[in-house]
Amino acid sequence: MAGQSSVLARRARRLLKEATRSLVRNRTRSILTTLGIIIGVASVIVMVGVGAGAQADVKKQISALGANSIQVWSGAYRAGGAFLGAGSMTRLSLEDADLIAEEAAHVAAVSAIVRTGGQIIGGSGNWNTQVHGVSPEYLKIRAWGLASGEFITDRDVRARSKIAVLGQTVVDNLFADADPVGQVIRVRNIPFRVVGVLTKKGAALWGGDQDDVILVPVTTAMYRLQGERHVSQIVISAISMEETQTAIDEITEILRRSHKILPGADDDFTIRSQAEVMETMTATQKVMTLLLGAVAAVSLIVGGIGIMNIMLVSVTERTREIGIRLAVGARTLDIMIQFLAESVALSLVGGVIGAALAYGVAALLTRTVGMTTILSPGVVVMAFGFAAAVGIFFGYYPARKAALLNPIEALRHE
Amino acid sequence: MPATRVIEMRRITKDYCVGDVTVHALRGIDLSVERGEFVAIMGASGSGKSTLLNVLGCLDEPTAGEYHLDGVSVRGLSRDEYAHIRNQRIGFVFQTYNLLPRTSALDNVELPLFYDHTGRIADSRVAAVRALERVGLADRMGHEPSQLSGGQQQRVALARALVNEPAMILADEPTGNLDSRTSIEVMALFQELNAQGNTILIVTHEHDIARYARRIVVMRDGLIVTDRPIDGRRDAARDLEAMPPAEEAVLEGSGGGAV
Repeated sequence: MAGQSSVLARRARRLLKEATRSLVRNRTRSILTTLGIIIGVASVIVMVGVGAGAQADVKKQISALGANSIQVWSGAYRAGGAFLGAGSMTRLSLEDADLIAEEAAHVAAVSAIVRTGGQIIGGSGNWNTQVHGVSPEYLKIRAWGLASGEFITDRDVRARSKIAVLGQTVVDNLFADADPVGQVIRVRNIPFRVVGVLTKKGAALWGGDQDDVILVPVTTAMYRLQGERHVSQIVISAISMEETQTAIDEITEILRRSHKILPGADDDFTIRSQAEVMETMTATQKVMTLLLGAVAAVSLIVGGIGIMNIMLVSVTERTREIGIRLAVGARTLDIMIQFLAESVALSLVGGVIGAALAYGVAALLTRTVGMTTILSPGVVVMAFGFAAAVGIFFGYYPARKAALLNPIEALRHE
Repeated sequence: MPATRVIEMRRITKDYCVGDVTVHALRGIDLSVERGEFVAIMGASGSGKSTLLNVLGCLDEPTAGEYHLDGVSVRGLSRDEYAHIRNQRIGFVFQTYNLLPRTSALDNVELPLFYDHTGRIADSRVAAVRALERVGLADRMGHEPSQLSGGQQQRVALARALVNEPAMILADEPTGNLDSRTSIEVMALFQELNAQGNTILIVTHEHDIARYARRIVVMRDGLIVTDRPIDGRRDAARDLEAMPPAEEAVLEGSGGGAV
């Protein structure tokens, strides 16, 4: 038994030695052939890594919005057969928000939002930004925090207080290094006292700067800035991500009752949950990843054709050598394994270098463009297996051609 | 006793189709060779001696006839079964040596054992070293063919033919690329191996070389026309002694040869 395995080991060693020798002998040719595989493997890994990174980014940003959150817009998708955009009819009121907060059992927090904007004067200059009127619960729903000062209270909402909480971008542009808490800013010429500063939230998924905002009490925005009785949107936090659908059902029931919508009639509001958005976005990203991977896989196949080409040349060049081997008793399989060993060695070396290159490129992408790339070991193993498969698949035809040579003709070959 | 008979050929024919024309390369060969014989096959080009050698060496299948090699019928076998017979029972020596280039003498000699899957020879390395010692190249094991003279290359080829302990050694014009002194040196080696009991068949067109064998077979038009023992057999070792001593330049200088 031991003798048998040592014979096998020696056989494998010699096979490897011969494959290596023949590849090293044609150094330039081997390197150029491997290059095709290197590029193929590296691009598969990097592309899938970039896709996975983008997917993770989307997930992170969506959960930063609050994974349990539910948004309600006024207006329906459809009114009398014509499709209208959500929010095209302003029908939501502050009372709707209060009703939801009181009656829905699976709702943790509710905040109405009134969106407006305008020129802000204060600190060292002026700045044009968005002004959102919100309820005290807003921070909890958005999973946001305060960097300093305090937030809007129920009393502020009742009193329509002229107070504001600033986003980081506004602070950076109006106050530079000074602490804005306690300062007065003017929104559309109305003076507001700054009571707090929000933590940095970063760019939104769709590219907008979430920190370029000031928050004021929802009633202040309605009556002092907008002069209207409706709110733009209601954001709600379900008690958990699993209970989101139950919460949506409750909200629908409450709003239909509040809006006196007859059974069978369409809703005059639109409800969308973050979980739903996340599903759509990740599905899109998955398709993107698949597409990128497929394009990269094509380059791997092109690399494989390069291997086949060079192996065919090699078989022709070494016809006489094959003849010698056949004469001393090499069987079809022996010759095939010899040439397959070479093509697989080529593609595996390409796979190793390609994987290393992929890590380098990914690090470079992250450092220079700030792109998130996730190189999972699974993808590396897969690209590796794919490279080996390419070696076997594209090496098979040349190897078979070699193995089926006529020994007499092969020996006569010059 | 069939066991002592290495080759037993009955009415062997071989036809080739070249376009519309059928060439009868062998037209009914009867040949028996006993163990330990040393046969020279002669004939003009086109006489069929190369075809006979290919059939004898199981590189080519006869069109018809019976061929027993070492007591085993060689007919209707698969490609791999022929390869197995070549590997186990035949040692080849070629005019152009046919060593693997850029491969050490030792690795070249070991090559047939690399394809021996029977485990018949326990240590292929040791067997290869021993074969090289037998042809007097113990000090050249690590040399590659390009570093060896023509005579040395042919001796490596002989070691390769010996290493699998074959039933017979088939040599195709083994001295065709060698100068006369080296030719005699190689023939001395053949005679020595024959004296040790090896069965040897060589194809040659040189009468001088044929006279180192024990038996001569002459072919013409695909048939054996003469088959008789050699009278006045030459002794290569004695011929070498009679020759003027080799110049240093000749010993190493015929290196390279035609590969």
